[in-house]
Amino acid sequence: MEPTPVLEVRGITKHFPGVLANDHIDFKLTKGQIHCMLGENGAGKTTLMNVIYGLYQPDAGEILVNGQPVSIHSANDAIRMGIGMVHQHFMLIPELTVTENIILGNEVTVGPFLNRRRAAAQIRELSERFGLPVDPAARVGDLPVGSRQRVEIIKALYRKADILILDEPTAVLTPQEAEDLFKVMRTLVEQGVSIVFITHKLKEVLAVADEITVLRDGRVAGVVQPEQATEASLASLMVGREVILQVEKEPREPGESILSVRDLRVIDDREHVAVDGVSLEVRSGEILGVAGVQGNGQTELVQALTGLRAVLSGQVFIAGQETTLATPRQVTELGVAHIPEDREKDGLVKSYPIVDNLLLNVYYQLPYARRMVIDDTQAADYARDVIQKFDVRTPSIYAQAGTLSGGNKQKMIVAREFSRPIKLLIAAQPTRGLDVGSIEFIHRQLVSIRDLGVAVLLVSAELDEIMSLSDRIAVLFRGRIIDTLPAATATREQLGLLMAGVHAQAA
Amino acid sequence: MEPVTAPSGAGAELRARRRISWGELGPRLVPALAVLTAVLFGGLFMVFSGTDWAAARAALAADGAGGFLRELGPGIGKAGVAYEAMVEGATGLGYIDPTSVRSQTTMVVLLRLGERAIVFLPDNLVATLVRSTPFLLAGLAVAVGFKAGLFNIGAEGQLYAGALLAVWIGFVPALANLPALLHIPLAVASGILGGAIWGGIAGFLKARTGAHEVINTIMMNHIAIRLADWLIKSREPLILLDTTASVPRTPFIAATAEYPRLGDTPLHFGILISLGAVALVWWFLYRTTLGFELRTVGANPNAAKYAGMSVTRNLVLAMAVSGGLAGLAGSGEVLGVQHNLPPGFFAGVGFDSIAIALLAKTNPIAMIPAAFLWGGLLNGAGLMQIRADISIDLVKIIQALIVMFVAADQIVRVIWRIRARRQEEEVVFSRGWGR
Amino acid sequence: MSARRFRLTRMHIFSLFFLVAGLWIALRAPGSFAADAISKMSVGLGPEAPLWEAPTRAVLLVVAGLYMAGGALGLINRWPRLSFAVLLLNGVLIFPAILIAAAVGKQTNMLTMLAESLRLATPIVIGATAGIWSERSGVVNIAIEGMMLTGACFGFIAFFFLEPLMPGATNTALLLAVLVAVFSGALMSLLHAWLSITFKTDQIVSGTVINILAIGLTSFARREFLLSTRAGRVTLPSIEIPGLSQIPIVGDVLFNNKPIFYMMFVMLIVTHVVLFYTSLGLRMRSVGEHPEAADTVGINVFFTRYRSVIISGMIAGLGGAWFSLETVGGFDDLMTGGRGFIALAAMIFGKWTPFGAFGGGLLFGFADALGTRFQILNVAVPPQWLQMLPFLTTMVVLAGLIGRAIPPAADGQPYEKQ
Repeated sequence: MEPTPVLEVRGITKHFPGVLANDHIDFKLTKGQIHCMLGENGAGKTTLMNVIYGLYQPDAGEILVNGQPVSIHSANDAIRMGIGMVHQHFMLIPELTVTENIILGNEVTVGPFLNRRRAAAQIRELSERFGLPVDPAARVGDLPVGSRQRVEIIKALYRKADILILDEPTAVLTPQEAEDLFKVMRTLVEQGVSIVFITHKLKEVLAVADEITVLRDGRVAGVVQPEQATEASLASLMVGREVILQVEKEPREPGESILSVRDLRVIDDREHVAVDGVSLEVRSGEILGVAGVQGNGQTELVQALTGLRAVLSGQVFIAGQETTLATPRQVTELGVAHIPEDREKDGLVKSYPIVDNLLLNVYYQLPYARRMVIDDTQAADYARDVIQKFDVRTPSIYAQAGTLSGGNKQKMIVAREFSRPIKLLIAAQPTRGLDVGSIEFIHRQLVSIRDLGVAVLLVSAELDEIMSLSDRIAVLFRGRIIDTLPAATATREQLGLLMAGVHAQAA
Repeated sequence: MEPVTAPSGAGAELRARRRISWGELGPRLVPALAVLTAVLFGGLFMVFSGTDWAAARAALAADGAGGFLRELGPGIGKAGVAYEAMVEGATGLGYIDPTSVRSQTTMVVLLRLGERAIVFLPDNLVATLVRSTPFLLAGLAVAVGFKAGLFNIGAEGQLYAGALLAVWIGFVPALANLPALLHIPLAVASGILGGAIWGGIAGFLKARTGAHEVINTIMMNHIAIRLADWLIKSREPLILLDTTASVPRTPFIAATAEYPRLGDTPLHFGILISLGAVALVWWFLYRTTLGFELRTVGANPNAAKYAGMSVTRNLVLAMAVSGGLAGLAGSGEVLGVQHNLPPGFFAGVGFDSIAIALLAKTNPIAMIPAAFLWGGLLNGAGLMQIRADISIDLVKIIQALIVMFVAADQIVRVIWRIRARRQEEEVVFSRGWGR
Repeated sequence: MSARRFRLTRMHIFSLFFLVAGLWIALRAPGSFAADAISKMSVGLGPEAPLWEAPTRAVLLVVAGLYMAGGALGLINRWPRLSFAVLLLNGVLIFPAILIAAAVGKQTNMLTMLAESLRLATPIVIGATAGIWSERSGVVNIAIEGMMLTGACFGFIAFFFLEPLMPGATNTALLLAVLVAVFSGALMSLLHAWLSITFKTDQIVSGTVINILAIGLTSFARREFLLSTRAGRVTLPSIEIPGLSQIPIVGDVLFNNKPIFYMMFVMLIVTHVVLFYTSLGLRMRSVGEHPEAADTVGINVFFTRYRSVIISGMIAGLGGAWFSLETVGGFDDLMTGGRGFIALAAMIFGKWTPFGAFGGGLLFGFADALGTRFQILNVAVPPQWLQMLPFLTTMVVLAGLIGRAIPPAADGQPYEKQ
């Protein structure tokens, strides 16, 4: 007889306007199991978890905890059922301390007053029991990402969760930190906690899962045992067709140096040195991939190169000209394209129609403007031409950019950047949050622009993407380039060590 | 989401068709419905204050609902008189006894109905047009600010700044012999400059230091009022005071600096200028590269920076243009209406301009009916006070309600059953303390 | 070494200002003040109070020297801590220096100056505290001016009607009137909360609506209810705190005052304790910093914000009562005179903390009191310029400090529950 699953959902269905996020999903979690939920971006994994956690109400279906049907209308209900969730984007308040974040909503009090000391003691106890070192008095905003994740986990354990949902926890970790997380997960399981582990990373799934549920387009595409699965089989379950995991790329002879960075030092918003003496070079017709987990200076590096952030010291040369002190416009006019890492914030204007978004870089140039007056016909022709070439799915060029899907937004940005003569492309996290189809499209675009002779600087936290696209790989750690390797011979283990700051020993 | 059910029968189809057209039309009418709702609320207020409640309660006990409603009669009547007066004061269309009008007043009788007639008194309409002109420009000023994500409450101060410079250019003896063709443009330009500088300061402070323009523009309003007061009243040093006048004010401007008028009427050139400003602002915002930049900075300052636009320059430009329009309004009142400047001339215009900009949803063309409505309400209030004995402040309350209903149009939508605002229709006014 | 983009920082501007100011004072002082001119600065009440006979020119030259030193240090920027300390001292010295210069040849009382500043700071500090309650939970509240005005108006109207009903118990009537003021502030803030939380209207627009509504309502109410002017205006009585008020020098200033003045301090302490030491405050702050995170631990964001905004309105109503019931004894149109907005500046100056807001309020109170003092000293400055002083100070303070002042992260953003 099968043991009663500690958590089960039957027939969960959830609509959003225009989208069926969950379509009659069945799912079982056995006690003491690490159950991976796999699916590409937009498959419905987070929606399902939010339903279980009470943040969304399902349109149909039921949830059972330990065999009993329960109704979960709020996060409080879920917490009372013993369900805890560690969200992909941490639900932590940077201004408050670790203790305050953990006890929020469940405060330890003496009358109306907070009892921080007793709370801190309780937290230390949990921290030791589960192997999650944290400092209760630290301000969360000052903590690195790995520590913040530990705080999130303790937050759930503090509320006596025995079902823990981890939503894409390794997105922000180095391979080493991910290993540490897996160790913690095994400790938790030994103590009786059951874990749902959501991810889109195939290698992790095979490394850690006891059972795998694959979601696709809101439905369960299959429930698999890890012994019987391979990366390829999982990928095709995820996408519904054969997926080419490796981009087709011919080796190219790189040309002259287009981007040259010498000993660059850049400060971040909190007055710390984020980029600490970086030197690199990208030549025309090659892709230099900068690998590294978020928070090691990538953002500030890209901002400094594109003129969005002042440089403390060092020099930047683009196409032979010094651009260390250049403004963003000057950099663009030299023939530089930039795909920003946060497309919603920096890359487009949601309330503007698509045609205006496509004009953002060139609106003041001929032929789109003559003596400061915009020429609508030219703009419209250009827009129509370009959305066709780059497969941006939209009913009209006057539709608001905010109504596009994530993939189409990114394609629109790519269309804009690629439609003027460029010598250098800086692409930061270009496929973050996109569905597989769009990811393939963007990868193909990056390779083809490289083939046309453009120098490409690719900054990405997805190691697979870096390895498959780059000609050379530089690893960024704590603001320094630890090492630069040719992509053809680099291995995951090598890169993982470098990303964790371990220098390669000279043979 | 509404459940989808199949309509059946001709009645259902007719209902469906009507629903569709209301569904499309509804949202566009929201500002007008907001005004209507506010006015109705005002009417309720009037009924409330015009009714003898003791008698009403007694009547309810004695004759039930009928008696109660009868006691409301006088209140309703008062409200009716008040509205009549408001419309007449605003537009000149009245329903009165023609013989009661003074003989010098121009009157056109449109339709006799017994003792009374529907008449048209053009003087009122003219007065409303003149009254609305500065509101139109000030509303444009605020709208331009909104487009750049700035909340310019400083219209009042900018009006003063413009008026002060314009009046000085108007009466200073050195320029007294300038021909009108030069004198007027010079005065107008100085008015725009004064307002532009006054507004530009707040824009500069916002761009460079992040200081929120709401507080700074209000501070500058208070400063402008007192600065104008001092400049006009000061005897030592003598700056703008007309020492021969019996009340504190500046000297009258030279005849060559006055706006030309249409014959004997108060209709002055400033009205044409303000209409021209509407067209110019619309063209600037939607057809030029600078306007594109300004709107982008307002819509998403991050994307604007990333696209190479200078956020600093555009914020200052927006406040300067905004201030310049307000300065134009101020100088227009001096050059076209008053011909001098007494202290305290522009009290309270600031919030009105915001209301008009909100009412027009920052669309320059919609500003014209919005400003006319506002001027009309204020003119009508005067007549309403005389005829129905209701304080002018009630109109202020109605105006506040209008702004409230427009800003929180959800309320209006619920009352009139219009669908909720979709995300595309969002108009962004400003962000918190600006970062 | 490569060139760094030269940026004009705040430090440079302040240093330049003090350098130039110091130079100007040093050059003008010998001409404007005789070598033996004395400013008598009394510190205390009554003729026996200690008197400092300050040699005007000498004092001003010392100040000028400090200013120039501070300016130079700031521009060179080799010893940042020292420069900052000197510049801070220079800033603090501005008001005493002006006072000493104005009192040349005459006598003026620094203690009453301090007392006046504290008194005039009251509405600003109370207003800033009201702002803190609202903004710490994420709702921008620029309607403090309107809420204070409403409180002032309806509080006084309540007193106007209650007083004849309670002969001999005037103080009770006043107290009840204050409660009415608090209540009307709460009603206005309820409207603000309803518009901005439930209807998700832009919070600055909704605040402006409240301000406009308040002006209209209070003018209307004044015309309707307060037709007659009252001779002999009655205000709240001074309350003397036994024991403490006997402390020499400061005792009388601080401990023999009117109730709302005392409430200012009570509010500060209560707000500070609640914000940082209770679970109520923790939840408020979380809702203001990261409402989504608060939501996921089961905190009701809407309810928390409603509660904060209503408390904010109550405090603002109390601030309004200061104008009509504690100070003037009547109600005039627009009697809050922009103080509600200065309160916002004080709140920002204080980085959304109660004691910081007190510092800001004191600064503006100083500027206000300086104006009156100038008139008493017959300084030849036109009254309009003195009236401008608090507003100019606000602008300077905002310009100087905002870059460092970070509001609660979710301030101004309506919360959309998914």
